[in-house]
Amino acid sequence: MLQADLTIILPEIILSIYAMLALVAAVYTGKDKAAPMLVWITSALFVVLAVWIGMNGEGSTEAFGGMFIEDAFSRFGKVTILLSAAAVLVMSQDYMHRRGLLRFEYPLLVALAVVGMMVMVSSGDLMTLYMGLELQSLSLYVIASLRRESAKSTEAGLKYFVLGALSSGLLLYGASLVYGFSGTTLFAGIIEAAQGDYLPLGMLFGLVFMASGFAFKVSAVPFHMWTPDVYEGAPTPITAFFATAPKVAAMGLFARVMHDAFGGMVGDWQQIVALLAVLSMFLGAIAAIGQRDIKRLMAYSSIAHMGYALMGLAAGTAFGVQAMLVYMAIYVTMNIGTFAFILSMEKDGQPVTSIDSLNLLARAEPGKALAMLVLLFSLAGVPPLVGFFGKFYVLRAAYDAGLVWLAVAGVVASVIGAFYYLRIVYFMYFGEESEGLDGGKSAMLSGFLMASAAIMLIGIVNLFGIETPAAMAAAQLVN
Amino acid sequence: METVILFAPLVGAIIAGFGHRIIGDKAAQVVTTAMLFLAMALSWIVFLGHDGQMQQIEILRFIQSGDLNTSWGIRLDRLTTIMLVVITSVSALVHFYSIGYMAHDENFSEEESYRPRFFAYLSFFTFAMLTLVTSDNLVQMFFGWEGVGVASYLLIGFYFRKDSANAASIKAFVVNRVGDFGFALGIFGLFMMTGSIQFNDIFAAAPELAETTLTFLWRDWNAANLLAFLLFVGAMGKSAQLFLHTWLPDAMEGPTPVSALIHAATMVTAGVFLVARMSPLMEFAPDTMAFVTFLGATTAFVAASIGLVQNDIKRVIAYSTMSQLGYMFVAAGVGVYSVAMFHLFTHAFFKAMLFLGAGSVIHGMHHEQDMRNYGGLRKKLPMTFWAMMIGTLAITGVGIPLWTISGMPIGFAGFVSKDAIIESAYVGTMGGYGFWMLVIAALFTSFYSWRLMFLTFYGEARGDKHTHDHAHESPMIMLVPLGVLAIGSITAGMIWYGSFFGKQNEVIKYFGGHYTAPAEELAKEVAANNPKASKLKYVMEDAPGEAAIYIKPENTVLHEAHYVPTWVKLSPFVAMVIGFLTALWFYIWNPSIPGRLAANQRPLYLFLLNKWYFDEIYDFLFVKPASMIGRFLWKRGDGSTIDGMLNGLAMGIIPFFTRLAGKAQSGYLFTYAFAMVIGIVALITWMTLAGGAR
Repeated sequence: MLQADLTIILPEIILSIYAMLALVAAVYTGKDKAAPMLVWITSALFVVLAVWIGMNGEGSTEAFGGMFIEDAFSRFGKVTILLSAAAVLVMSQDYMHRRGLLRFEYPLLVALAVVGMMVMVSSGDLMTLYMGLELQSLSLYVIASLRRESAKSTEAGLKYFVLGALSSGLLLYGASLVYGFSGTTLFAGIIEAAQGDYLPLGMLFGLVFMASGFAFKVSAVPFHMWTPDVYEGAPTPITAFFATAPKVAAMGLFARVMHDAFGGMVGDWQQIVALLAVLSMFLGAIAAIGQRDIKRLMAYSSIAHMGYALMGLAAGTAFGVQAMLVYMAIYVTMNIGTFAFILSMEKDGQPVTSIDSLNLLARAEPGKALAMLVLLFSLAGVPPLVGFFGKFYVLRAAYDAGLVWLAVAGVVASVIGAFYYLRIVYFMYFGEESEGLDGGKSAMLSGFLMASAAIMLIGIVNLFGIETPAAMAAAQLVN
Repeated sequence: METVILFAPLVGAIIAGFGHRIIGDKAAQVVTTAMLFLAMALSWIVFLGHDGQMQQIEILRFIQSGDLNTSWGIRLDRLTTIMLVVITSVSALVHFYSIGYMAHDENFSEEESYRPRFFAYLSFFTFAMLTLVTSDNLVQMFFGWEGVGVASYLLIGFYFRKDSANAASIKAFVVNRVGDFGFALGIFGLFMMTGSIQFNDIFAAAPELAETTLTFLWRDWNAANLLAFLLFVGAMGKSAQLFLHTWLPDAMEGPTPVSALIHAATMVTAGVFLVARMSPLMEFAPDTMAFVTFLGATTAFVAASIGLVQNDIKRVIAYSTMSQLGYMFVAAGVGVYSVAMFHLFTHAFFKAMLFLGAGSVIHGMHHEQDMRNYGGLRKKLPMTFWAMMIGTLAITGVGIPLWTISGMPIGFAGFVSKDAIIESAYVGTMGGYGFWMLVIAALFTSFYSWRLMFLTFYGEARGDKHTHDHAHESPMIMLVPLGVLAIGSITAGMIWYGSFFGKQNEVIKYFGGHYTAPAEELAKEVAANNPKASKLKYVMEDAPGEAAIYIKPENTVLHEAHYVPTWVKLSPFVAMVIGFLTALWFYIWNPSIPGRLAANQRPLYLFLLNKWYFDEIYDFLFVKPASMIGRFLWKRGDGSTIDGMLNGLAMGIIPFFTRLAGKAQSGYLFTYAFAMVIGIVALITWMTLAGGAR
C-alpha cells in the first residue's frame, strides 16, 4: 500500500531529494560557482518531470487515504507550473549572473517552491493543502529578498512575509472552522458535510476565511496590496517567477478546494469569487493607468488577469474550470514573453524599468518592438490574438452560468485596461525622441520573447490543442 | 469563351488600375481597350451562334451558408447574349472613343495620371455589368448590380475637384440605395418563400407564389405581386424611373463617354433587363405589371416634357434616355418582354451614338455644353453632324409606315422598336393611358431631338466668338465609333424585327422556347376581342424558366399587337412629323417664337425648366429633415452625449480612481494589513446578511 502511495508522489519525492542533495552538495563544493550549472540541471529536471507527468498520468488516483490526489487537473497544473518555472529559471540566469545575484540557493529554492506548488494542486486534505502552501510561501519569502544588500528587495520580502503570515492565519482559522463543523480534514469528507440548503454559519465563515487566504495567494482585490510592492522590489527574474508559476498553483488550489471540498455550496462561494473577480478586474485596470514603472504595471496587470481567471472559477461549472485553466496557461505564456522583454530592458548595463525609456523603441529595434506589440495586444485581449480567446473563454463561461453582469463588467474592465497596454505601444512607435535603451541583446531572452509572440499569433489556429486536456482536467475536478 | 468574355474586362481593369505605374498610361489604355474588343468579338460569336437553348456554366462556389447556396455561374440564354453584345460593343467603342476624348482634360494637369484610372473604372464597370447579366442567381446579380453602382459613383465623380461632380455622385449613390433596398427585400422575400436564390428554382415556384399570401408591413399581400413589386423598386432606381429618377440628369457631371456607356446604353437598362429576366415571376403578378406600365408611361411623358426646355445638350439627351426607358418598361409591363429587349437593343446603339456625338460637339467646342451658345456647327463638325443626324432620325422614329418588304418594316432602328412598343401598349392597355402617354412622348421626343439638332448645327453661331472660331472636328479615333454605331442605328431594327417582334412562334423560338397550339377557348376569346386579328396559332409550351423569357398562354399581346387599327400604327409617325414641324417652325423659320412662348406661359415654362420641381420637393421632404436629424445626432448625440460621456469617464472619473488607488497603495504594511482585514470583514458581513446563496 505504501509503495503504491509513494509511486504516486514520486515526482515530488524526486524533486525534494534532488533539492536537498544539491543543497548539501553545493555547500560542500563550489557554492555559488555551481549555481549556473544548478540552474540548468534544475530546469532540465523540471522539463523532464513535466514530460513524465504529462505523458504518464492517466485517470484519477489517490494516495495516503485521499490526502493526495493525482488526476488530470493536478497534472495540468503541474505541467504548467514546471514548464513555466523552467522557462523563468533559464531566462533569469544571465541577468542574475551579471548582477552577482546568482547564488546556488536560488534554483534550489525555486525547486522547493515548485514542490510546494505541486503538492498544492494535488492536495486532497486540509493538512496537505497547508503543507504545500507553506512550503511554497516560505521559499518565495526568501527569494523575494534575495538581493540582501538592497533595501527595496528586503522590504519587499519582509512585507510579503508579514502579510503572508496574516493570510496564513486567516486560512488556518478558516480551516479549523471547517474542520470543526465537518469533523474531518479530508475534502471528500467535507463535501459530504457541506451539502444541503441550510448550512451552519460556521461552515460559511470557514469558507470565507479560506477563500480570503487563497485570494491573497492569487493577489485578488482586496488582498492584493503586497503585489505591486513585491513585484517592484524583487529582482526582475524573481518578479517573473512570482507572476507565473505560483499564480497557477494558487489558482489551482483555489479551484481544487472550492470544487472538491465545497462543491455542495457553489451558490455561496460563487458570490465571493465573483466579487473578488470584479474588484480585481477593475482595480487592476484602473490602478495600472497611473504606473510609470513597468514592473508595477505588470503587477496590476496580473491582478486584473487573476480577476478574469476568477471569473471562470466563479461560473462554478466544469466549463468554467476549463476556461480558467486555458486562461491561466495563456496568461503564463504571455507573461514569460513580457518578462523576457523587461529583463532585456537595460541601459549602460543597468536594468531600466521606466516605461518612458521605451520611447521610439520601434526605430532602434523593430523586431523586438513588434513582438512586444503582439504580446501587449494579446494581454489587452485584442482579437484575433490568443489573449482574446482566453478572455472569450471565461466570458462565455460566466455568461453560460448566468453571470451576465460579471461578463459585462469584464468587458468594460478590459476596455479600460487596454489603455495602459496600448500606451506602451504608443511609446514604442510614436513616442518622443529620448535616450533609448541599449544592450539587452541576449539571444535567450529574444528567443523567449519571439517564441511567446509567435505563440500568440500561431495559437489562434487551435490554441495548441490545450482545450482537450483542460476540458478533461475540469471534468475530473468538478465530478 | 463565356468566361473569357466575363473576365477579360476585369483583367484589363486590374492591369490598368494597379499596373499603370509599371506599364505606363498609354499601355494601360491600349490594354483595357484591347480586352474589350476581345470580349466584343467573342460576344458577337456567342450571340450569332446561339441557338436559344439555355446553358449553365459554373465557375466557382461563392457563398454557402445553411440553405443558401450561391455559386458563381453563367446562365447563357437569349437575354444574356443580347446583353453581352450590347454591353461589350458599346463599352469597346466607348473605350476606343475615350482614348481621344480623354487625351486632354482641363480638370487635370498634364502630369497627373488620370487616364488609366478612367479606363480601369470603365473596364471594371463592364465587368460588373457582365456579371449582372450573366448571373444565374439573384445574389450574383445583386453583386453585379452593386458593382455597376460603385463604378457609376466613381465615374460620375471622376472630376473629383468639382463640387458639383461630387454632389452628383453621392446623389446617384444615395438614390440608388433606395431602389436597392427594395431589390434586396425582394431577394430576401424570394429566398424566404422558395428557399433558393437560383433563377431556376424561383421561376419554377412562380405559379405557386401567385397562390400564396405574404404578410408585409402589417398586411397580407399576394406573394408574387409583392415580390415582383419589390424587385421593380430596384429596377426603378437603376433605370431612373419616376420618383427615383433625380440622379440621372445630375449624373451627366461625369465625362461624356461615361454618360454614353453607363447612363444611356447599359447600366440604366439593367432595370429593364431585370424585369425581362424575372418574366416568369412578372407573368404571375398582374397588379405589379399594371403598375410597371403606368409608371413607365408616366416616366416617358414627364421626362420628355422636361427635355423640351433644357438647354444643356447632355441633359436633353439624359431626359431622352429616361423617357426611352419608360417606353421599355411599358413594353415589359404589358407583357411583351421581347419588345422591351428590342428597344433596349436598338436604343443602346442610337443613344450611345447621340451621347458620343454630343461628346464630340463638346470636345470641339472646348467643353461648352449650353446649346444656346452653339449654332451653325454643321460646317465645322461635318462628320459629327451626320452622326447626330442619324441618331436623331433613329430616336425620333423615322421610317416608312404601313409598308413592309416580306414582313420586314423599313425604317431606322428606333422607328421599328418604338412602333412595336406603341402598338403593344395599345393592345395591352386597350387604348388607354399608357398608349396615349407614349404617343405624346413620341411627339415631345421628336421636338426636343430636332430642337437639339437645329440649335446645335443650324442657324447663326451664338455665344463666344472665340470658341466658335476654334471649333474643330474631333480626331478620327472619336469618329470611328460614331460610324460603327451609325450602322447599328440604321439597321438593327430591321434586321432583328422578326426575332423580337415577329410572329409569336418566331419570337418564342428565338428566346429558346417551344410553341404549341393554344386551347380552343383561348383562340376564340382572342378572335372575339380582336375581330381583325388572324387566328391565334401558337402559344408558349414551356414551363416558367425553361426559356429565356416566359409568356403565359393567356398573354396574347404579342399576337394581337400586329392587328391594331391603322390609325394606331400611324400615330407615332404622325406624332414624329408634328414634333419635327414644330421644331422646324420654332427654331428655323421663326426663331423668336420660343422666347415669346416662354414669356407667355411663364409658370408652365418654369415648371418644366425646373424638372417638375422634383429636386426641390425631395430636398424639402427628405434631404432637409435627414440633414437636420443627422446634425442633431452628430452635435447633440455623438458630440455632447457620447463624446462627452466618454471624455468625462476617460479624463475625469477613471483618473480619479487611479489616483485613489495610488494613494491607497501607501507602502505601509499596516495599511495593507488593514485593507485585508476590511476585506474579510466586508465579505463576512455580506455572507452573514445575505445568508450565502439564500
